[in-house]
Amino acid sequence: MSPVNDLPATPDTDDGALLSVRGIDVGYRTGRKSHVIAAHEVSFDLHPGQSMALVGESGCGKTTLGLGLLRLLPRTGVIPRGQILFRRKDGVRVDVRTLEKEELRRFRWNEAAMVFQGAMNAFNPVLRVQDHFLDTFRAHENGRRRSRKEILEHSAELLEMVRLDPARVLTAFPHELSGGMRQRSLIALALALKPQLLILDEPTTALDLLTQRSIVERLTELREQLSFSMLFITHDLGLAAELADRVGTMYAGRLIETGTTRDIFHRARHPYTSALIDSVLPVVGDLRVPTPLPGGPPGLHTLPEGCPFAPRCAHALTDCATTRPALDVLTPRDRGLSHTAACLRSTDSELHAEGAPR
Amino acid sequence: MIDHTIDSNEAAGLAHRADTAAHHRAEPPVLTLKGLRQTFKTPRGDVPAVAGVDLEVRPGQVLCLVGESGCGKTTTARMAAALTEPTAGSVLFRGKDVAEMDRTERAAFRRSVQYIHQDPYASLNPVRTVYSTVSAGLRRHKLVASHAEARRVTTELLERVDLVPAEDHLDKYPHQMSGGQRQRVAIARALAMNPEVIIADESTSMLDVSIRVSLLNTLGRLRDELGVGFLFITHDLAVAKYFAWQGEIAVMYLGKVVERGTAPRVINDPRHPYTKALISAVCEPDPDLVRKERVRLRGADIPDLTDLPSGCDFHPRCPLYEEGDCDSVRPPLVRGHDRLLACHVATRR
Repeated sequence: MSPVNDLPATPDTDDGALLSVRGIDVGYRTGRKSHVIAAHEVSFDLHPGQSMALVGESGCGKTTLGLGLLRLLPRTGVIPRGQILFRRKDGVRVDVRTLEKEELRRFRWNEAAMVFQGAMNAFNPVLRVQDHFLDTFRAHENGRRRSRKEILEHSAELLEMVRLDPARVLTAFPHELSGGMRQRSLIALALALKPQLLILDEPTTALDLLTQRSIVERLTELREQLSFSMLFITHDLGLAAELADRVGTMYAGRLIETGTTRDIFHRARHPYTSALIDSVLPVVGDLRVPTPLPGGPPGLHTLPEGCPFAPRCAHALTDCATTRPALDVLTPRDRGLSHTAACLRSTDSELHAEGAPR
Repeated sequence: MIDHTIDSNEAAGLAHRADTAAHHRAEPPVLTLKGLRQTFKTPRGDVPAVAGVDLEVRPGQVLCLVGESGCGKTTTARMAAALTEPTAGSVLFRGKDVAEMDRTERAAFRRSVQYIHQDPYASLNPVRTVYSTVSAGLRRHKLVASHAEARRVTTELLERVDLVPAEDHLDKYPHQMSGGQRQRVAIARALAMNPEVIIADESTSMLDVSIRVSLLNTLGRLRDELGVGFLFITHDLAVAKYFAWQGEIAVMYLGKVVERGTAPRVINDPRHPYTKALISAVCEPDPDLVRKERVRLRGADIPDLTDLPSGCDFHPRCPLYEEGDCDSVRPPLVRGHDRLLACHVATRR
């Protein structure tokens, strides 16, 4: 069953999207003939220049989906079905899911790059920062053979772009840099080949508040300068509100609500999204007692038959335990900005007192 | 929409909390840190991780230490728990210097001051069951007479930290539990000793937002019902605000306290430029607040502890920097009308 939404059913339709994800399942092999699916029937369009945040608790399949999009899953990872259509710089649309090994190598970094979770561990600790740049350029710069000096000059420019001192950073080992400097170097490295899409997995987790702020500002500026699209995975809703123009909430491996940042933060229609937002402790203003969200996401083997959120949901009806809601369009918009939610009560006026969605 | 207002029940709880807070404030501190210093010797030179910190923890009160990593929060906590010896200064427990305690007094101190670590994945022994972990201290300090009693007490402890049904969790191993559940086990272990002070070092930072709130509520109940004093360490200002609302917040920067006062004052009306910068750097979950005015720092990177700037440690980054005292005289922590503040410029205003 494919989800009911506004995405063109035929994947050949070319509507200018940079990335069109169509009904992909991403999972892990657990035995010779068995696998678990960590992300189910995910579909969305990402248009050039957009910045989309994937939010949700740990264990909701955000990272699995992010890695799956670039086929960077560990060896047991599988994408049994669906399409990941990507418009390359030359205008040709390719399905990342079926790319051959060599094409995939050319695709990565040139077209789409990733900044991995944990700035602390993404660098090889025994290589200097410059060696990472050299390796990257040599592995992914298709066909171009540049001298070491040229590459290092280019790397220095990239580091300056993220406000780092190349003279100090290039020859340093990763452990000599602070967390924020490492994260900025990683961003510079990811942008080395001017990718059209940057996927960031928890870009500011484990960084200090002021460092986090400088990364956020850097990313905003870079996006204005280089106009790449961004897909970032975070559980920090504040970061999503700040960096994204659109948000997708994931729960139990499914996208359960998508919309513009305002849709999500001001008129969330899925109780899980509202609960997530309500559990955030605010800093400004008087003390507000947040509503805790009891329990945790279901295990991959024990997904409930109906809505996966029903057991934790304060507004669940009897139908919720048996019917799995489809992702319904609440407010249609183009460029993938529609507000959609997978909840049986998404249009229930009792729950959403402010009336019909704008 | 989920209701944002505080219902009457919670409001009553808050009022009650305020009463007990006022009551406790008069009590003498359980744990006093006096001029505490810790200097680590490294090949690159001395690292003054903590450079003179004075703090008090009172029964049923929260003292929250906030600051960036490397500012000496954890080092302070470890000294407060007597896990490391301070280079200078002293830790007083009920007015008695911990360094001068004899064996029995020290054992009592060890029981009364308990530590909850940051990472529940690392702080529990993976080959011990929950029962074994939680009851270890009970058995070691001979607080239980028999196996049956140990199990009974452990069950009660698990119920106290909301791990219910407790019987189901007693014989579990850490790998069978989620992060939040593990952290509850760590809290139950600390509670087993009937402590007067709990030192919680970033105890909620590894958890999801949804779990964080319920864990903080559990800790809040211990504070209010059992009168446990907390030295609570976090880098998350929202957590500090929520947990220490009736208590105090001390902001640390490079081993020193730069601002200290009641939580509503420090969070809603920060005076020190560093506190201001921290608070304005928070990402709020509201897209309309994104464009708010932010404090601009003059430099993004934190100075190296082996090579501290002259004068005020914060002056190379400080937006209020003025030539004169800022780069030559270290500002002392002085009492203003409602807080302690270490800044030449802000104290003048």
